[in-house]
Amino acid sequence: MKDVAFGQYYPADSFVHRLDPRLKLLFLIAFITAIFLATDFYGLAACAGVLLVIVLCSRVPLGKVFRAIRGILFLVLFTAVIQILFNHGDKAYWGGPAVYWEWKIFAVTQEGIVLAIFLVLRLALLVMCSSMLTYTTTPVALTDGIESLLTPLKWLHIPVHVLALVMNMALSLIPVLTGETERIMNAQKARGADFETGNIFRRIKAIVPILIPLLVSSIDRAEELGNAMDSRCYRGDIKRTKYKKLRFGWRDLIAFLLGAALVTGVVLLRVYVGGIL
Amino acid sequence: MRIVAEHLTYTYNERSPFEKRALDDISLTIEEGEFFGIIGHTGSGKSTFVQHLNGLIRLPSSRKHFHPKKPKRGQPAPPAPVLKVGEFDLCDRRTDFRALRRSVGMVFQYPEYQLFAETVKEDVAFGLKNFAEKKDRPRAEEIETAVREALAAVGLNAAEVGEKSPFDLSGGQKRRVAIAGVIVTRPEVLILDEPAAGLDPLGKREIMELLHELHRTWCKTIVIVSHDMDEIAENCTRVAVFKDGTVPYVATPKELFSHAEELYALGLDIPLTAKLTAALARRGIAIDCDFTTEDFLAKVLALKKGGAS
Repeated sequence: MKDVAFGQYYPADSFVHRLDPRLKLLFLIAFITAIFLATDFYGLAACAGVLLVIVLCSRVPLGKVFRAIRGILFLVLFTAVIQILFNHGDKAYWGGPAVYWEWKIFAVTQEGIVLAIFLVLRLALLVMCSSMLTYTTTPVALTDGIESLLTPLKWLHIPVHVLALVMNMALSLIPVLTGETERIMNAQKARGADFETGNIFRRIKAIVPILIPLLVSSIDRAEELGNAMDSRCYRGDIKRTKYKKLRFGWRDLIAFLLGAALVTGVVLLRVYVGGIL
Repeated sequence: MRIVAEHLTYTYNERSPFEKRALDDISLTIEEGEFFGIIGHTGSGKSTFVQHLNGLIRLPSSRKHFHPKKPKRGQPAPPAPVLKVGEFDLCDRRTDFRALRRSVGMVFQYPEYQLFAETVKEDVAFGLKNFAEKKDRPRAEEIETAVREALAAVGLNAAEVGEKSPFDLSGGQKRRVAIAGVIVTRPEVLILDEPAAGLDPLGKREIMELLHELHRTWCKTIVIVSHDMDEIAENCTRVAVFKDGTVPYVATPKELFSHAEELYALGLDIPLTAKLTAALARRGIAIDCDFTTEDFLAKVLALKKGGAS
Protein backbone atom coordinates (compact mmCIF):
# COMPACT_ATOMS: atom_id res chain seq x y z
CA MET A 1 0.00 0.00 0.00
CA LYS A 2 2.74 2.43 0.89
CA ASP A 3 4.42 1.76 -2.44
CA VAL A 4 1.77 3.59 -4.42
CA ALA A 5 3.84 6.65 -5.22
CA PHE A 6 1.77 8.10 -8.03
CA GLY A 7 -0.32 10.99 -6.87
CA GLN A 8 0.93 11.74 -3.41
CA TYR A 9 1.95 15.05 -2.02
CA TYR A 10 5.62 15.40 -1.09
CA PRO A 11 5.96 18.19 1.46
CA ALA A 12 8.85 20.59 0.92
CA ASP A 13 9.30 24.34 0.75
CA SER A 14 10.42 25.15 -2.75
CA PHE A 15 9.94 27.40 -5.74
CA VAL A 16 7.80 24.80 -7.48
CA HIS A 17 5.66 24.12 -4.43
CA ARG A 18 4.77 27.78 -4.13
CA LEU A 19 3.69 28.21 -7.74
CA ASP A 20 0.07 28.99 -8.46
CA PRO A 21 -1.72 25.65 -8.96
CA ARG A 22 -3.57 27.03 -11.99
CA LEU A 23 -0.28 27.76 -13.63
CA LYS A 24 1.05 24.34 -12.75
CA LEU A 25 -1.98 22.76 -14.37
CA LEU A 26 -1.58 24.84 -17.52
CA PHE A 27 2.13 24.11 -17.51
CA LEU A 28 1.40 20.41 -17.29
CA ILE A 29 -0.95 20.66 -20.28
CA ALA A 30 1.72 22.57 -22.20
CA PHE A 31 4.33 20.02 -21.19
CA ILE A 32 2.19 17.09 -22.31
CA THR A 33 1.49 18.88 -25.60
CA ALA A 34 5.21 19.36 -26.06
CA ILE A 35 5.86 15.68 -25.39
CA PHE A 36 3.32 14.69 -28.02
CA LEU A 37 4.56 17.26 -30.51
CA ALA A 38 8.11 16.01 -30.15
CA THR A 39 8.68 13.51 -32.93
CA ASP A 40 12.36 12.88 -32.33
CA PHE A 41 14.81 12.36 -29.53
CA TYR A 42 15.90 16.02 -29.55
CA GLY A 43 12.41 17.10 -28.63
CA LEU A 44 12.18 14.50 -25.87
CA ALA A 45 15.61 15.55 -24.61
CA ALA A 46 14.40 19.16 -24.40
CA CYS A 47 11.36 18.03 -22.40
CA ALA A 48 13.51 15.83 -20.17
CA GLY A 49 15.88 18.76 -19.59
CA VAL A 50 13.06 21.04 -18.51
CA LEU A 51 11.62 18.31 -16.30
CA LEU A 52 15.02 17.83 -14.67
CA VAL A 53 15.24 21.55 -13.90
CA ILE A 54 11.76 21.45 -12.37
CA VAL A 55 12.59 18.40 -10.26
CA LEU A 56 15.82 19.97 -9.03
CA CYS A 57 13.99 23.20 -8.15
CA SER A 58 11.28 21.30 -6.30
CA ARG A 59 13.60 19.39 -3.92
CA VAL A 60 11.65 16.19 -4.58
CA PRO A 61 14.20 13.36 -4.68
CA LEU A 62 14.85 12.14 -8.22
CA GLY A 63 14.35 8.54 -7.11
CA LYS A 64 10.81 9.34 -6.03
CA VAL A 65 10.03 10.81 -9.44
CA PHE A 66 11.38 7.72 -11.19
CA ARG A 67 9.36 5.51 -8.90
CA ALA A 68 6.19 7.02 -10.36
CA ILE A 69 6.87 4.95 -13.49
CA ARG A 70 6.32 1.77 -11.53
CA GLY A 71 2.58 2.43 -11.57
CA ILE A 72 2.44 2.03 -15.36
CA LEU A 73 5.34 -0.37 -15.72
CA PHE A 74 3.10 -3.01 -17.29
CA LEU A 75 1.75 -0.57 -19.86
CA VAL A 76 5.27 0.57 -20.71
CA LEU A 77 6.57 -2.96 -21.18
CA PHE A 78 3.49 -3.97 -23.16
CA THR A 79 3.91 -1.04 -25.54
CA ALA A 80 7.59 -1.77 -26.01
CA VAL A 81 7.02 -5.47 -26.72
CA ILE A 82 4.24 -4.74 -29.23
CA GLN A 83 6.43 -2.20 -31.02
CA ILE A 84 9.40 -4.51 -31.21
CA LEU A 85 7.40 -7.51 -32.37
CA PHE A 86 5.06 -5.97 -34.94
CA ASN A 87 6.94 -3.13 -36.61
CA HIS A 88 7.77 -3.97 -40.21
CA GLY A 89 9.60 -0.73 -41.10
CA ASP A 90 12.78 -1.07 -43.12
CA LYS A 91 14.58 2.08 -42.08
CA ALA A 92 18.16 1.46 -40.94
CA TYR A 93 19.58 3.60 -38.14
CA TRP A 94 22.88 1.89 -37.70
CA GLY A 95 24.96 -0.70 -39.58
CA GLY A 96 23.65 -4.18 -40.13
CA PRO A 97 20.38 -5.39 -41.58
CA ALA A 98 17.30 -3.23 -41.09
CA VAL A 99 15.20 -6.33 -40.44
CA TYR A 100 16.65 -8.83 -38.00
CA TRP A 101 13.94 -11.45 -38.03
CA GLU A 102 10.61 -11.89 -39.71
CA TRP A 103 7.92 -14.54 -39.42
CA LYS A 104 4.35 -14.07 -40.64
CA ILE A 105 3.04 -10.96 -38.88
CA PHE A 106 5.96 -10.81 -36.47
CA ALA A 107 9.19 -8.96 -37.12
CA VAL A 108 12.10 -7.49 -35.21
CA THR A 109 13.42 -4.44 -37.02
CA GLN A 110 15.75 -1.58 -36.26
CA GLU A 111 12.87 0.82 -36.66
CA GLY A 112 10.79 -1.19 -34.19
CA ILE A 113 13.51 -1.07 -31.59
CA VAL A 114 14.06 2.66 -32.00
CA LEU A 115 10.33 3.35 -31.90
CA ALA A 116 9.95 1.19 -28.78
CA ILE A 117 12.65 3.17 -26.99
CA PHE A 118 11.02 6.40 -28.12
CA LEU A 119 7.59 5.39 -26.87
CA VAL A 120 8.91 4.15 -23.54
CA LEU A 121 10.69 7.46 -23.00
CA ARG A 122 7.55 9.35 -23.98
CA LEU A 123 5.36 7.40 -21.55
CA ALA A 124 7.92 7.73 -18.78
CA LEU A 125 8.12 11.49 -19.26
CA LEU A 126 4.33 11.76 -19.28
CA VAL A 127 3.99 9.95 -15.98
CA MET A 128 6.90 11.72 -14.37
CA CYS A 129 5.66 15.20 -15.22
CA SER A 130 2.13 14.40 -14.07
CA SER A 131 3.40 12.99 -10.80
CA MET A 132 5.48 16.15 -10.32
CA LEU A 133 2.22 18.09 -10.25
CA THR A 134 0.78 15.96 -7.45
CA TYR A 135 4.07 15.77 -5.58
CA THR A 136 4.31 19.55 -5.38
CA THR A 137 0.65 20.54 -5.06
CA THR A 138 -1.64 19.78 -2.16
CA PRO A 139 -4.97 18.23 -3.16
CA VAL A 140 -6.80 21.28 -1.89
CA ALA A 141 -4.70 23.66 -3.98
CA LEU A 142 -5.13 21.39 -6.97
CA THR A 143 -8.92 21.34 -6.84
CA ASP A 144 -8.92 25.08 -6.21
CA GLY A 145 -6.92 25.48 -9.37
CA ILE A 146 -9.13 23.15 -11.37
CA GLU A 147 -12.24 24.92 -10.18
CA SER A 148 -10.79 28.26 -11.15
CA LEU A 149 -9.73 27.02 -14.57
CA LEU A 150 -13.15 25.52 -15.24
CA THR A 151 -14.94 28.80 -14.48
CA PRO A 152 -15.97 29.28 -18.13
CA LEU A 153 -18.12 26.15 -17.83
CA LYS A 154 -20.20 27.92 -15.19
CA TRP A 155 -21.63 30.11 -17.91
CA LEU A 156 -22.98 26.95 -19.50
CA HIS A 157 -24.69 26.13 -16.17
CA ILE A 158 -22.42 23.22 -15.46
CA PRO A 159 -22.02 22.84 -11.66
CA VAL A 160 -18.27 23.31 -11.53
CA HIS A 161 -18.20 23.79 -7.75
CA VAL A 162 -19.86 20.41 -7.22
CA LEU A 163 -17.30 18.72 -9.44
CA ALA A 164 -14.51 20.50 -7.57
CA LEU A 165 -15.98 19.52 -4.21
CA VAL A 166 -16.32 15.88 -5.20
CA MET A 167 -12.77 15.85 -6.48
CA ASN A 168 -11.48 17.55 -3.36
CA MET A 169 -13.20 15.06 -1.10
CA ALA A 170 -12.02 12.10 -3.13
CA LEU A 171 -8.44 13.34 -2.98
CA SER A 172 -8.49 14.21 0.68
CA LEU A 173 -9.95 10.81 1.54
CA ILE A 174 -7.10 8.92 -0.12
CA PRO A 175 -4.84 9.03 2.95
CA VAL A 176 -7.80 8.17 5.20
CA LEU A 177 -8.62 5.17 3.05
CA THR A 178 -5.02 3.97 2.80
CA GLY A 179 -4.73 4.23 6.58
CA GLU A 180 -7.93 2.32 7.01
CA THR A 181 -6.94 -0.33 4.47
CA GLU A 182 -3.73 -0.84 6.36
CA ARG A 183 -5.59 -1.18 9.63
CA ILE A 184 -8.06 -3.70 8.28
CA MET A 185 -5.25 -5.60 6.58
CA ASN A 186 -3.40 -5.80 9.88
CA ALA A 187 -6.51 -6.93 11.67
CA GLN A 188 -7.10 -9.72 9.16
CA LYS A 189 -3.42 -10.65 9.16
CA ALA A 190 -3.66 -11.02 12.92
CA ARG A 191 -6.44 -13.51 12.20
CA GLY A 192 -4.11 -15.44 9.95
CA ALA A 193 -5.11 -14.00 6.59
CA ASP A 194 -2.43 -14.36 3.94
CA PHE A 195 -2.25 -11.84 1.12
CA GLU A 196 1.15 -12.66 -0.28
CA THR A 197 1.17 -16.28 -1.33
CA GLY A 198 -0.95 -18.47 -3.56
CA ASN A 199 -2.10 -18.19 -7.15
CA ILE A 200 -4.03 -15.28 -8.54
CA PHE A 201 -7.46 -16.70 -7.66
CA ARG A 202 -6.45 -17.29 -4.06
CA ARG A 203 -5.12 -13.76 -3.84
CA ILE A 204 -8.27 -12.25 -5.27
CA LYS A 205 -10.29 -14.26 -2.78
CA ALA A 206 -8.00 -13.04 -0.01
CA ILE A 207 -8.93 -9.43 -0.79
CA VAL A 208 -12.61 -9.94 0.07
CA PRO A 209 -12.07 -9.67 3.86
CA ILE A 210 -10.45 -6.27 3.26
CA LEU A 211 -12.78 -4.96 0.61
CA ILE A 212 -16.07 -5.56 2.38
CA PRO A 213 -15.19 -3.79 5.65
CA LEU A 214 -13.65 -0.97 3.64
CA LEU A 215 -16.78 -0.57 1.54
CA VAL A 216 -19.05 -0.67 4.58
CA SER A 217 -17.10 1.99 6.44
CA SER A 218 -16.79 4.16 3.33
CA ILE A 219 -20.54 4.20 2.84
CA ASP A 220 -21.01 4.98 6.52
CA ARG A 221 -18.51 7.79 6.30
CA ALA A 222 -20.08 9.26 3.18
CA GLU A 223 -23.43 9.32 4.90
CA GLU A 224 -21.99 10.99 7.99
CA LEU A 225 -20.19 13.56 5.88
CA GLY A 226 -23.38 14.33 3.98
CA ASN A 227 -25.29 14.75 7.23
CA ALA A 228 -22.58 16.99 8.66
CA MET A 229 -22.72 19.20 5.57
CA ASP A 230 -26.51 19.27 5.59
CA SER A 231 -26.66 20.21 9.23
CA ARG A 232 -24.36 23.15 8.55
CA CYS A 233 -26.64 24.18 5.67
CA TYR A 234 -23.88 23.75 3.11
CA ARG A 235 -24.78 24.95 -0.35
CA GLY A 236 -22.22 25.01 -3.10
CA ASP A 237 -24.24 26.92 -5.66
CA ILE A 238 -24.26 30.25 -3.87
CA LYS A 239 -21.24 32.49 -4.14
CA ARG A 240 -18.61 31.18 -1.75
CA THR A 241 -15.54 33.00 -0.55
CA LYS A 242 -12.12 31.38 -0.24
CA TYR A 243 -9.87 31.18 2.78
CA LYS A 244 -6.78 31.17 0.62
CA LYS A 245 -7.02 33.19 -2.56
CA LEU A 246 -4.95 32.17 -5.54
CA ARG A 247 -2.49 34.80 -6.67
CA PHE A 248 -0.45 35.02 -9.82
CA GLY A 249 3.04 36.25 -8.85
CA TRP A 250 6.50 36.75 -10.36
CA ARG A 251 7.39 33.08 -9.88
CA ASP A 252 4.40 32.14 -11.93
CA LEU A 253 5.47 34.50 -14.68
CA ILE A 254 8.89 32.84 -14.87
CA ALA A 255 7.32 29.38 -15.00
CA PHE A 256 4.85 30.55 -17.62
CA LEU A 257 7.66 31.87 -19.82
CA LEU A 258 9.59 28.63 -19.37
CA GLY A 259 6.56 26.59 -20.43
CA ALA A 260 5.89 28.79 -23.43
CA ALA A 261 9.55 28.59 -24.45
CA LEU A 262 9.50 24.80 -24.21
CA VAL A 263 6.47 24.39 -26.45
CA THR A 264 7.78 26.90 -28.97
CA GLY A 265 11.21 25.24 -28.92
CA VAL A 266 9.75 21.81 -29.56
CA VAL A 267 7.59 23.13 -32.40
CA LEU A 268 10.59 24.88 -33.95
CA LEU A 269 12.65 21.70 -33.61
CA ARG A 270 9.93 19.80 -35.39
CA VAL A 271 9.63 22.29 -38.20
CA TYR A 272 13.30 23.02 -38.88
CA VAL A 273 15.28 19.99 -37.74
CA GLY A 274 12.69 17.41 -38.66
CA GLY A 275 12.23 14.08 -36.96
CA ILE A 276 14.92 11.46 -37.09
CA LEU A 277 12.17 8.91 -36.89
CA MET B 1 4.00 -17.00 27.75
CA ARG B 2 6.36 -14.41 29.09
CA ILE B 3 6.94 -11.34 26.94
CA VAL B 4 10.42 -9.84 27.08
CA ALA B 5 11.41 -6.73 25.13
CA GLU B 6 14.78 -5.06 25.40
CA HIS B 7 16.20 -2.09 23.51
CA LEU B 8 13.32 -2.04 21.08
CA THR B 9 13.49 0.84 18.62
CA TYR B 10 11.25 1.53 15.65
CA THR B 11 11.09 4.37 13.15
CA TYR B 12 8.25 4.92 10.70
CA ASN B 13 9.12 6.01 7.14
CA GLU B 14 12.82 6.00 7.76
CA ARG B 15 14.79 8.47 5.63
CA SER B 16 11.78 10.38 4.32
CA PRO B 17 10.21 13.70 5.29
CA PHE B 18 7.57 11.72 7.21
CA GLU B 19 10.18 10.04 9.40
CA LYS B 20 8.95 9.47 12.91
CA ARG B 21 10.64 7.68 15.79
CA ALA B 22 7.81 5.68 17.37
CA LEU B 23 9.79 3.55 19.82
CA ASP B 24 13.04 4.65 21.36
CA ASP B 25 15.01 1.95 23.16
CA ILE B 26 12.16 0.35 25.06
CA SER B 27 12.62 -2.41 27.61
CA LEU B 28 9.60 -4.08 29.12
CA THR B 29 8.72 -7.48 30.57
CA ILE B 30 5.20 -8.85 30.86
CA GLU B 31 4.90 -11.98 32.99
CA GLU B 32 2.65 -14.87 32.19
CA GLY B 33 -0.77 -14.57 33.79
CA GLU B 34 -0.76 -10.80 34.04
CA PHE B 35 -3.60 -8.47 33.15
CA PHE B 36 -1.29 -5.81 31.85
CA GLY B 37 -2.24 -2.23 31.05
CA ILE B 38 -0.55 0.18 28.67
CA ILE B 39 -1.38 3.86 28.88
CA GLY B 40 -0.12 6.89 27.00
CA HIS B 41 -1.16 9.60 24.60
CA THR B 42 -1.93 9.10 20.93
CA GLY B 43 1.39 8.79 19.16
CA SER B 44 3.27 7.69 22.27
CA GLY B 45 4.20 4.40 20.61
CA LYS B 46 1.86 2.05 22.46
CA SER B 47 0.15 0.76 19.33
CA THR B 48 3.49 0.32 17.59
CA PHE B 49 4.71 -1.68 20.55
CA VAL B 50 1.77 -4.07 20.66
CA GLN B 51 1.94 -4.62 16.91
CA HIS B 52 5.45 -5.91 17.43
CA LEU B 53 4.17 -8.59 19.76
CA ASN B 54 2.48 -10.66 17.08
CA GLY B 55 4.84 -9.83 14.27
CA LEU B 56 2.62 -7.37 12.40
CA ILE B 57 5.62 -5.09 12.62
CA ARG B 58 8.77 -7.06 12.06
CA LEU B 59 12.09 -6.30 13.67
CA PRO B 60 14.72 -5.53 11.05
CA SER B 61 16.69 -8.63 11.98
CA SER B 62 13.72 -10.87 11.21
CA ARG B 63 13.23 -9.52 7.70
CA LYS B 64 14.44 -11.28 4.60
CA HIS B 65 17.20 -8.97 3.46
CA PHE B 66 18.73 -7.80 6.67
CA HIS B 67 22.05 -6.05 6.77
CA PRO B 68 23.00 -4.81 10.21
CA LYS B 69 23.90 -1.14 10.17
CA LYS B 70 27.51 -0.36 10.81
CA PRO B 71 27.92 1.83 13.88
CA LYS B 72 29.29 5.29 13.26
CA ARG B 73 32.99 5.65 13.97
CA GLY B 74 33.79 6.65 17.53
CA GLN B 75 30.37 5.57 18.78
CA PRO B 76 29.66 2.28 20.52
CA ALA B 77 27.31 0.01 18.61
CA PRO B 78 23.73 0.31 19.89
CA PRO B 79 22.68 -2.73 21.91
CA ALA B 80 20.93 -5.38 19.84
CA PRO B 81 17.17 -5.49 20.39
CA VAL B 82 15.62 -8.51 22.08
CA LEU B 83 11.99 -9.48 21.70
CA LYS B 84 10.70 -12.78 22.93
CA VAL B 85 7.13 -13.98 23.35
CA GLY B 86 7.27 -17.28 25.15
CA GLU B 87 9.56 -19.52 23.13
CA PHE B 88 9.17 -17.39 19.99
CA ASP B 89 12.23 -15.30 19.26
CA LEU B 90 10.94 -12.40 17.17
CA CYS B 91 14.43 -11.28 16.22
CA ASP B 92 14.99 -14.50 14.33
CA ARG B 93 13.98 -14.84 10.71
CA ARG B 94 13.37 -18.58 11.09
CA THR B 95 10.61 -18.07 13.66
CA ASP B 96 7.22 -19.43 12.58
CA PHE B 97 5.27 -16.17 12.53
CA ARG B 98 2.03 -17.92 11.67
CA ALA B 99 2.25 -20.01 14.81
CA LEU B 100 3.10 -16.86 16.72
CA ARG B 101 0.00 -15.07 15.46
CA ARG B 102 -2.04 -18.07 16.39
CA SER B 103 -0.94 -17.90 20.00
CA VAL B 104 -0.89 -14.11 20.31
CA GLY B 105 -4.37 -12.82 19.52
CA MET B 106 -4.76 -9.17 18.63
CA VAL B 107 -7.99 -7.21 18.88
CA PHE B 108 -7.65 -3.84 17.20
CA GLN B 109 -9.45 -0.65 18.08
CA TYR B 110 -13.07 -0.78 16.93
CA PRO B 111 -12.72 -4.42 15.89
CA GLU B 112 -16.30 -4.47 14.64
CA TYR B 113 -15.02 -2.78 11.47
CA GLN B 114 -13.17 -5.92 10.45
CA LEU B 115 -16.30 -8.08 10.18
CA PHE B 116 -16.93 -9.13 6.61
CA ALA B 117 -18.52 -12.56 6.24
CA GLU B 118 -22.10 -13.36 5.40
CA THR B 119 -22.86 -14.98 8.72
CA VAL B 120 -21.51 -14.58 12.22
CA LYS B 121 -20.35 -18.20 12.25
CA GLU B 122 -18.34 -17.80 9.07
CA ASP B 123 -16.70 -14.66 10.37
CA VAL B 124 -15.67 -16.27 13.63
CA ALA B 125 -14.36 -19.32 11.75
CA PHE B 126 -12.17 -17.15 9.48
CA GLY B 127 -9.13 -17.19 11.75
CA LEU B 128 -9.55 -20.86 12.54
CA LYS B 129 -9.53 -21.83 8.86
CA ASN B 130 -6.59 -19.54 8.11
CA PHE B 131 -4.40 -20.99 10.81
CA ALA B 132 -5.25 -24.59 10.01
CA GLU B 133 -2.38 -26.63 8.64
CA LYS B 134 -2.80 -27.77 5.07
CA LYS B 135 -2.28 -31.40 6.03
CA ASP B 136 -4.98 -31.76 8.62
CA ARG B 137 -7.80 -29.39 7.88
CA PRO B 138 -10.26 -29.24 10.76
CA ARG B 139 -13.49 -31.05 10.02
CA ALA B 140 -16.74 -29.12 9.78
CA GLU B 141 -17.91 -30.39 13.17
CA GLU B 142 -14.66 -29.30 14.82
CA ILE B 143 -15.02 -25.81 13.39
CA GLU B 144 -18.65 -25.73 14.44
CA THR B 145 -17.77 -26.67 18.01
CA ALA B 146 -14.88 -24.19 18.26
CA VAL B 147 -17.06 -21.36 16.90
CA ARG B 148 -19.88 -22.21 19.28
CA GLU B 149 -17.48 -22.21 22.24
CA ALA B 150 -15.86 -18.94 21.23
CA LEU B 151 -19.24 -17.27 20.85
CA ALA B 152 -20.32 -18.64 24.21
CA ALA B 153 -17.11 -17.31 25.76
CA VAL B 154 -18.04 -13.77 24.71
CA GLY B 155 -21.58 -14.25 25.97
CA LEU B 156 -23.37 -14.89 22.70
CA ASN B 157 -25.57 -17.81 21.78
CA ALA B 158 -24.46 -19.45 18.53
CA ALA B 159 -27.94 -20.86 17.92
CA GLU B 160 -29.37 -17.37 18.20
CA VAL B 161 -26.92 -15.18 16.25
CA GLY B 162 -24.83 -17.73 14.37
CA GLU B 163 -26.73 -17.59 11.11
CA LYS B 164 -27.35 -13.83 11.20
CA SER B 165 -25.35 -11.34 9.18
CA PRO B 166 -22.79 -9.63 11.43
CA PHE B 167 -23.97 -6.30 10.01
CA ASP B 168 -27.44 -6.82 11.50
CA LEU B 169 -26.17 -6.99 15.08
CA SER B 170 -25.99 -4.16 17.60
CA GLY B 171 -22.69 -2.35 18.21
CA GLY B 172 -21.89 -4.21 21.40
CA GLN B 173 -22.74 -7.57 19.83
CA LYS B 174 -20.56 -6.82 16.80
CA ARG B 175 -17.63 -6.14 19.08
CA ARG B 176 -18.22 -9.42 20.90
CA VAL B 177 -18.34 -11.29 17.61
CA ALA B 178 -15.07 -9.63 16.56
CA ILE B 179 -13.42 -10.67 19.82
CA ALA B 180 -14.76 -14.20 19.36
CA GLY B 181 -13.14 -14.20 15.92
CA VAL B 182 -9.78 -13.62 17.56
CA ILE B 183 -10.03 -15.95 20.56
CA VAL B 184 -11.38 -18.82 18.47
CA THR B 185 -7.82 -20.08 17.97
CA ARG B 186 -7.33 -20.14 21.75
CA PRO B 187 -4.39 -17.72 21.91
CA GLU B 188 -2.35 -17.75 25.08
CA VAL B 189 -1.82 -14.01 24.98
CA LEU B 190 -4.64 -11.65 24.08
CA ILE B 191 -3.86 -8.04 23.21
CA LEU B 192 -6.66 -5.51 22.99
CA ASP B 193 -6.31 -1.94 21.75
CA GLU B 194 -8.90 0.21 23.51
CA PRO B 195 -11.38 -2.64 23.92
CA ALA B 196 -14.05 -0.41 25.49
CA ALA B 197 -13.70 2.63 23.22
CA GLY B 198 -16.97 4.10 22.04
CA LEU B 199 -19.19 2.01 24.32
CA ASP B 200 -21.60 3.35 26.91
CA PRO B 201 -20.70 2.88 30.62
CA LEU B 202 -22.70 -0.34 30.88
CA GLY B 203 -21.15 -1.71 27.68
CA LYS B 204 -17.72 -0.81 29.01
CA ARG B 205 -18.31 -2.66 32.24
CA GLU B 206 -19.64 -5.69 30.39
CA ILE B 207 -16.60 -5.80 28.11
CA MET B 208 -14.21 -5.56 31.05
CA GLU B 209 -16.10 -8.30 32.92
CA LEU B 210 -15.91 -10.37 29.77
CA LEU B 211 -12.14 -9.87 29.63
CA HIS B 212 -11.76 -11.00 33.23
CA GLU B 213 -13.81 -14.06 32.43
CA LEU B 214 -11.55 -14.76 29.44
CA HIS B 215 -8.51 -14.21 31.63
CA ARG B 216 -9.73 -16.90 34.00
CA THR B 217 -10.63 -19.43 31.34
CA TRP B 218 -9.16 -18.86 27.86
CA CYS B 219 -6.13 -16.60 27.70
CA LYS B 220 -3.42 -16.72 30.32
CA THR B 221 -2.10 -13.24 29.65
CA ILE B 222 -4.11 -10.19 28.68
CA VAL B 223 -2.64 -6.86 27.59
CA ILE B 224 -4.92 -3.88 27.14
CA VAL B 225 -4.10 -0.48 25.72
CA SER B 226 -6.30 2.21 27.19
CA HIS B 227 -6.86 5.91 27.72
CA ASP B 228 -9.24 5.35 30.57
CA MET B 229 -7.43 5.51 33.93
CA ASP B 230 -10.44 4.19 35.84
CA GLU B 231 -10.43 1.15 33.61
CA ILE B 232 -6.74 0.61 34.25
CA ALA B 233 -7.00 1.10 38.02
CA GLU B 234 -9.98 -1.19 38.16
CA ASN B 235 -8.59 -4.10 36.19
CA CYS B 236 -4.85 -4.28 35.67
CA THR B 237 -2.17 -6.03 37.66
CA ARG B 238 0.58 -3.80 36.30
CA VAL B 239 0.75 -0.74 34.08
CA ALA B 240 3.35 0.64 31.66
CA VAL B 241 3.26 4.33 30.85
CA PHE B 242 4.34 5.25 27.31
CA LYS B 243 5.65 8.72 26.55
CA ASP B 244 7.10 9.74 23.18
CA GLY B 245 8.38 6.26 22.40
CA THR B 246 9.84 5.60 25.86
CA VAL B 247 8.50 3.86 28.95
CA PRO B 248 9.17 6.12 31.94
CA TYR B 249 7.15 4.06 34.44
CA VAL B 250 6.16 0.44 34.92
CA ALA B 251 4.31 -0.16 38.18
CA THR B 252 1.22 -1.55 39.80
CA PRO B 253 -1.80 0.78 39.57
CA LYS B 254 -1.51 1.37 43.29
CA GLU B 255 2.08 2.62 43.07
CA LEU B 256 1.50 4.49 39.86
CA PHE B 257 -1.59 6.43 40.85
CA SER B 258 -0.10 7.45 44.21
CA HIS B 259 2.29 9.58 42.18
CA ALA B 260 -0.29 11.90 40.70
CA GLU B 261 2.17 14.72 40.15
CA GLU B 262 4.37 12.71 37.80
CA LEU B 263 1.38 11.58 35.77
CA TYR B 264 0.03 15.10 35.51
CA ALA B 265 3.46 16.19 34.32
CA LEU B 266 3.19 13.62 31.51
CA GLY B 267 -0.21 15.05 30.60
CA LEU B 268 -2.06 11.99 31.88
CA ASP B 269 -4.98 11.80 34.24
CA ILE B 270 -5.50 9.70 37.38
CA PRO B 271 -8.60 7.67 38.22
CA LEU B 272 -11.49 9.17 40.13
CA THR B 273 -10.73 7.06 43.21
CA ALA B 274 -7.17 8.41 43.31
CA LYS B 275 -8.50 11.97 43.05
CA LEU B 276 -10.90 11.35 45.92
CA THR B 277 -8.17 9.75 48.03
CA ALA B 278 -5.95 12.76 47.41
CA ALA B 279 -8.78 15.14 48.33
CA LEU B 280 -9.38 13.21 51.54
CA ALA B 281 -5.66 13.20 52.30
CA ARG B 282 -5.60 16.99 52.02
CA ARG B 283 -8.20 17.10 54.79
CA GLY B 284 -6.12 14.83 56.95
CA ILE B 285 -7.90 11.56 56.23
CA ALA B 286 -5.45 8.97 54.98
CA ILE B 287 -6.84 5.99 53.13
CA ASP B 288 -4.61 3.20 51.95
CA CYS B 289 -6.51 1.68 49.05
CA ASP B 290 -5.50 0.15 45.72
CA PHE B 291 -7.74 2.58 43.80
CA THR B 292 -10.34 0.07 42.71
CA THR B 293 -13.84 1.33 43.39
CA GLU B 294 -14.61 -1.69 45.53
CA ASP B 295 -11.59 -1.30 47.79
CA PHE B 296 -12.02 2.47 48.00
CA LEU B 297 -15.65 2.17 49.05
CA ALA B 298 -14.86 -0.58 51.56
CA LYS B 299 -12.12 1.53 53.19
CA VAL B 300 -14.24 4.68 53.28
CA LEU B 301 -17.21 2.84 54.75
CA ALA B 302 -14.97 1.19 57.32
CA LEU B 303 -13.68 4.63 58.23
CA LYS B 304 -17.22 5.92 58.64
CA LYS B 305 -18.19 2.97 60.79
CA GLY B 306 -15.08 3.35 62.88
CA GLY B 307 -16.35 6.81 63.78
CA ALA B 308 -13.26 8.75 62.72
CA SER B 309 -13.95 12.33 61.72
